[in-house]
Parts: sequence; structure tokens; C-alpha cells
Amino acid sequence: MKRYYPVIILFITIVVIQILTFVTGKGYMLTQLTMSAYYVLVAVGLCMVMGYAGQISLGQAGFFAIGGYTTAFLTTIDFSDKAGTAIYKLLDTLGLLITKETLYGDTIMHMSPWVSLVSAVIIAGITAYLLGIPVLKLKGHYLAMATMGFGIIIYRLVLGTKIFGEADGISNVPSFTIFPGLELSGDFSTRISNYYIAWLLVIAAILLMVNLINSRVGRALRSLHGGEDASDAMGVDTARYKVIVFVIGAVFAALAGFFMTHYNGGIGPSEAGVGKSVRYVAIVAVGGMANIWGSLVMGLILNFLSLRGVFGHFDDAVFGVILVVMMMFMPEGFIRIAVYRDIKSFFHKILNRRKVEKIKLEHSHE
Amino acid sequence: MSPEQILQYIFAGITVGSIYAFVAIGYNIIYNTTGIINFAQGEFVMLGGMISFTLSKFMHLLPAIILAVLITAAIGGLIEIVFIRRMRKSSVLGMVVVTIGISILLREAALYIWDEQIRALSFFTGTEISSVNILGARISPQVLWVLGVTSIIVGGLYLFFKFTLTGQAMRACSENSRAAKLCGIKTDSMVNLSFMLSAGIGALGGCVVSPLTQTHYAMGTDLAIKGFIVAILGGLGNPIAAVAAGLILGLLESFSISILPMAYKDVISVIILLIILVVKPSGLFGSKQASSLKDF
Amino acid sequence: MNNSNIIMRIENLDKYFGGLHAVNSVAFDVEKGSIKSVIGPNGAGKTTMFNMIAGYETPSNGHVFFNDILITGKKPWQVAEHGVLRTFQNLKLSNHMSVLDNVLLGWHSLGSAGFLDGMFSSPLSRREEKKAKEAVFPILEWLNILDLKDSEVGNLSFGNQRAVELARALASNPSMLLLDEPAAGLNMHETTDLAKRIEKIRDQGRTVLLVEHDMSLVMDISDEIVVLNFGQKIAEGKPSEIQKNEEVVRIYLGGDDA
Repeated sequence: MKRYYPVIILFITIVVIQILTFVTGKGYMLTQLTMSAYYVLVAVGLCMVMGYAGQISLGQAGFFAIGGYTTAFLTTIDFSDKAGTAIYKLLDTLGLLITKETLYGDTIMHMSPWVSLVSAVIIAGITAYLLGIPVLKLKGHYLAMATMGFGIIIYRLVLGTKIFGEADGISNVPSFTIFPGLELSGDFSTRISNYYIAWLLVIAAILLMVNLINSRVGRALRSLHGGEDASDAMGVDTARYKVIVFVIGAVFAALAGFFMTHYNGGIGPSEAGVGKSVRYVAIVAVGGMANIWGSLVMGLILNFLSLRGVFGHFDDAVFGVILVVMMMFMPEGFIRIAVYRDIKSFFHKILNRRKVEKIKLEHSHE
Repeated sequence: MSPEQILQYIFAGITVGSIYAFVAIGYNIIYNTTGIINFAQGEFVMLGGMISFTLSKFMHLLPAIILAVLITAAIGGLIEIVFIRRMRKSSVLGMVVVTIGISILLREAALYIWDEQIRALSFFTGTEISSVNILGARISPQVLWVLGVTSIIVGGLYLFFKFTLTGQAMRACSENSRAAKLCGIKTDSMVNLSFMLSAGIGALGGCVVSPLTQTHYAMGTDLAIKGFIVAILGGLGNPIAAVAAGLILGLLESFSISILPMAYKDVISVIILLIILVVKPSGLFGSKQASSLKDF
Repeated sequence: MNNSNIIMRIENLDKYFGGLHAVNSVAFDVEKGSIKSVIGPNGAGKTTMFNMIAGYETPSNGHVFFNDILITGKKPWQVAEHGVLRTFQNLKLSNHMSVLDNVLLGWHSLGSAGFLDGMFSSPLSRREEKKAKEAVFPILEWLNILDLKDSEVGNLSFGNQRAVELARALASNPSMLLLDEPAAGLNMHETTDLAKRIEKIRDQGRTVLLVEHDMSLVMDISDEIVVLNFGQKIAEGKPSEIQKNEEVVRIYLGGDDA
């Protein structure tokens, strides 16, 4: 179907990029490309919230941190010294514990990442739901501040609590064996498979969103963009829809946090900071508020450049400039649908001119 | 806790609360004239402290402070002309995002100019170890300076808005900008003035607390949020409400240290913000009007 | 007293805006399958009354019953679900979406596919999309906008936009339509079309309550007319009766300046 063409193109592009890095010996770039994928996932979720539900959220980093810290915390508790306790026995019988040997020959036991995956999603979802119900009734500045406030709470919590590693965060997060042979880890040997894990996750998320946008609910969401009165009159429970989209955005961010943490083997408080939240907003703004593909492309480009250190000291400043310039001059985003349409009609004109000339030629022969 | 300790906490809370009030007053002025929440408000405080520090190397304290305030006010006016004026017709979302971007730029510029070292202005009277004995508690004379300056600002603003023509013109703009225009008031200039005034007041606050709390290039973000909380708490209204709200928050934070680990001190203020926004957006002292976004 | 022919009962509807008594004890019934018009000078409280019926304002006093169900105080989307659809004087279309998408939005309340259905493109979701299009295409056709279905609404002429709005309202298969000045901004030709369309809507078995200034339209198609002035009902009856009503004539031709 027509709507899936961009997804297919995306998939092909991902594969082509990977092959290119292999062929040119620049395989090390895969690391930044993989991390960029996870940041893109957050941006796609935020794009739904900002572009379709029309709400600004300056707290996505908080949800990212919920995902990351939940799994980091749960998978780094060593259960081997709790061997006799009731919890241990329960978890063991449920098959939720994993035994590992460390480099030093000791055995440690930690919680299965499947548990933390489910927990992370549930915690993020419930938090977003509870936060969303009162907060999404606010407008503009107040909503921005409230979501920023949420992000700050999470940031302060992880920064100031011992079990979350305070300023150092949590490291030694084990890899996640999705099934035998496919491991989510930062190991050099699994670099290529992890690249595909990341981008397939993004593709799956985008597929769901593309489907959603073209559905009954999606239409209601799109109409929210221009103001709620229309949707209200047509029987759309706008308050509920906004909350659900907010939850989806939060879950995407938490998933990104979960996956990235296992990929990187750890997480730190900076991932929860306001700076990161601002970046996500900048990416969505530049890509075009309601344009998933815009968020994806800009997210990939900007994050990749940032991670490769291209912006150097001016990392934060670059995103700041982008925000200001974009909102002042191109509030609809860099990749505007209008531009795309102009290009399309330009090509049509050229093709039609050729057709007309062809017909003229044929007629002149008669 | 002994009475002396309580007094210490009180004075600490008052000091911190005053700086929050400076930021909140800045928010109020701009919001009341334009309907915009200027996220970059905290940076003005930071700039005041930084600029005065640098200037104090070449001149006496007083001219350094005055010059720093004027320079920061000029920066505020410049920001309005370059960025805000163009954005007036765009969405609220756009405004929010732009002012956030501006605050980032100011912060990064400060980092570039002053790097991440902490700077502190010298104490206005005495040194960091001098203290004054008030009711048994030893407090730095700088605290008295903070209280003094805050009172003067509040008093000055009150007189300005009530009795001067310019002040009344600004109030007219906030009530109804179209009517103000029809009366011949140049709303553009009023908006610009509001930015300069907010920036200047913020800078003055930054100078006067710098010896106590020190100045750091990244302090603006924190202040922006705390200041916003105070502004909302006070109902986005007059300076007195802002000061009252600031003192309340400052005292709350100060005393919370005795109960909670210090790391969570900020969490309390943010939770207060969320509760206020949801339950009573007009704040403790504000009217229903303040809780809806004004048109520009 | 339950006259099964009355589809809407408006009882003693009151609205105060501060000290202003915008709507003052307005009461009337609407018969099922009829066209009833509400007229009155500007500021008479017609739109406020509409807002109260459709759920955009809460009455200070009074009740509105639809099919004997109390609908006062309900939210607009809940009122819509009961089958009462309202159009807007200044159009509230989604200008960036296509005509088809706008009208399909009208079908929203008839469907039930949710977020999960949408995301996974479930069989229910796909079936409903088909059903929706089948329901909506005929409406687009008789309103003469079928060939515009993929155009962006923001680019259409005002007359066509009005047609889209009407199509959207009809897509939800409403029992009753509240039309807020549907003829505003239309030329004579378009107004004649509108009159025919409203009558056809009535013939489909729906009830129409409309607020309008265009007297010829009102006199032409209404079964009954209600006249408001300064928030109060001052006359009600058939068009011929209203035309002869002295007070109504005075209000419109001016006697006192008001």
C-alpha cells in the first residue's frame, strides 16, 4: 500500500548504510548510528505528542531515564548473596534469574532483562497516564513547565539517590539475550546485529504510527492539530486521546532508554537532564511538527553528528540555535510537505512537457 | 533545633527566596506586558553576576554593578528586538521554544566567555567571614544588603507602576493592548521596556547575591524554574506577591534540608509547582485572569 | 406528558454572563422531522442558546431534553454521541486535511476501532474504514463535492467548504442537526442549493434546528419559527403567523432603536 513505501525505503536505506560502512572500512560508525536510532525512537514518540496531539513535552528525557534506570537497577542487583531468601526462591522458580560468571570466576545472579523490560514499560506508561490526566489540561507555557518539572524530578531523583548510582549512574549492565544468537550488547562482535536491532525497533515503531495515523483514531488526532473544537463536535473524547498519545510517547522513550542502556552497558543522570529533553524538542521542531519522517531524518543526522563530536564544545549551543532559528523562520519545520509537493509538481511539469512534445512530433509527421 | 539554628535557617531561606523573587518579578513584568513567559529570565541573573565580576576588576564595586545592570538591561532589550518582536504572531508553542533556545544560547555564550569556573563578587561590606549578630544568629551583612535591595526594588516598582506615566502605560498595555494603542501608547516600546526592566532587575539581583551564592554559568536554568514556580505561586501579579511567594519557597527549601537529604531539595519545589498548576493555577494570590494565557 | 413527536424539549433555559442575562427563560419544543428556525437581531442570544444545547456552555438554569434524555451539562462529544450534531458559523474544519478525511472524521462516532486497532491495522479497523467510505461517498456525491475528495480543505472556495462541513455533520448519521447560520457568506445561488439540501435532510427523517439571518431562506423552508430578542422568546409559530406578528415586524424594521 502507498503509505508503506517510505517504510520500505527506510529499510533499504538502513541496509545500504550498513553495507557502505562495511565496504569503506568505517564500521566504527555503526556505534553512533545505533545510538542515534534510539534517540530517533524518542523523537518519533515526541512527534506524535507534539505534532498530532499538539502538546509540548519537555520531559521525554525523564521517561527515557525511567526505562534505562529501571533495567539498569533490576539487572545489576546481585541475587547470589540472597540465595536463601524467599524472593530469590520465587524468582528462581519463575525462571527469572540469570546466572553469570564474571571475569574473576565468581558467579553472580541477576534479574532477567525481560522482567525489567515489562517493568520499564509499565512504570513509564502508568507515570505518563497519571501525569498526563491533570497536566495535559494545561496550555502552552504551563504545560511546557509542568513537563519540564517532571523531567527535573526524575533527574534529581536519579542524581541524588544512592541505589541509582548518583552522579556516576549505573554501569555493568549486562547484555540482553533476546534469543539464543541475538544479543543486545555493546560487544564489538555484535556490532552489526545490534545496529539492526536498533533500527528494526525504530521501523516497527514507525509502522505502528503510520498505521495509526491512517486509521479512525489517527484522523481524530490529525484534526486535533488545528484545534479541538472540530474534533469535539464530532464525538472525539479529546482529553482521553491526548493522554493516550502522551503515554505512547512515554513508552517509546522508555523503550529507547531500556535498549540503549543494555547497548551501552550503563546509564547516567545526564540522559534524564533538561538538555536532552530540549534536544528532542529541537529535533521534532526541525523535522516538522507533525512529520514523522522529518523527525526521523533530522534525529538521525543531528544525533549522529553530535555523537561523533562534530559540534565539539558547542553541542548544546547548536541545538539552541536550531530551536531559535526554526521557530522564528520555519515553524512548520525544515522538511515541509509543501517543499515536497513543489518538487513533485516540478517533475510533473517536466514529464508533461516531454509528453506534449512527443505528441507534437507525432502529429507533425502526419 | 535551637532558636539560633532556626534563625539561621530563616535567614538562609530569606536570602534564597529573595533571589527567586527577583526572577519571579522579571517574569511578572514581561508576562503582564506581553503574555509571554520568558524562559531566559534566569540567565539575566547569571549575566548580572558575571558581568559585574569582570567589571569589578577594572573599577570600584558600585560602578561595576551599575554598569552590569545597564548592560544586561540592554541585552534584554536587544533580545526583544531581534527575536521576540518577530515571533509575536506565531503560536504559543513557538514562543516557548524560542525563549528556551535563547536561554541555551545565553548560557553557552557565558560558558564560552567565562568558562565553567565559579565566580563571586566581593562582599559589599566586610568580607566572607564578617557577621552581624541579629537576635542571636550570626548572619553575613550581605544578607542585609539582599533584603535591603529587594525592598527598594519592590517599593520602586510599586511607585513606578502606580505613579509614573510610563509605568501606567505599561499597565495599560497589559490590560488591553489594543486599547492602549488607540490611546497613542507605543506598545512596541512598552514591550521592549518590559524586557529591559526585567533583565535589569534580574541582573541587580544577581549582583547582590553573588557574594553569598556565587555565580556559575549554568545557574540560570535552575533559577528559571524556581523563579517560575515562585511567579506562579504568587499569581503572576504584583512584585509584592512575588516576594511573598519567593520567601515562602525559600523558607520551605531551607527547612526541608533538616528533614530530607539535600539532593531532594529541588524536588520539593517542583512538586509544589505541579500541584499548584493542577489545583490552583492562579497561585496563592493571583486572580482567575492570571491563570489563563493572555492574548498578545 | 410524553408526546412521542417531540424530539427536543428546551425548558426555561437561562444564561448569565456576570450581570448580563444573555438568555432568559427560553423554552420551546422541536417536533421530530421538522425544520425549526431561530431568528432574532444580533445579540439576541441565539448562538449562546445553541452553545448550551450542544454542550459548549453550561446553562445557568434550565434543561434540554433530547428523546427524553437530559443532555444539559454534557460535553460536546457526548452530545454528539446522542445524535445531535452542530455546525459552526465560522467553520471549524481541519484545513490541512483532505475533504475525504474531514468528512470521515464525521463518521468517527459511528466507529469503535481504537488505538490498538489502528496501530496494528486490525480486521475491525479495516472493515470500519471500508464501511465509513461506503457511508460517506454518497453524501459527498449529492453535495457535489465527490470529485474534490482529495483536495485540501483550506484551498476550497467558501461555498465548497460549507458543503464539506455539512457532509461531515451528516456523516455521523445524526438524528438532529443544529445549523449555525448556514447561509452566512453564501450567494443567492448557493443559498437556494442550501435550502434544497436542508429540505432533503428533513426528508431523510432528520430534525433540523437552525439559527439564521437570511429571512427568505427561513420563511421558505421552516415548519416553525422561534423569535428571540434580548435573550427572551417573543414569538413562536408558523412562518405565516410570524410574518404577521406586530412585535416581530417592529423589531426588524425598527421602532425603538435597539
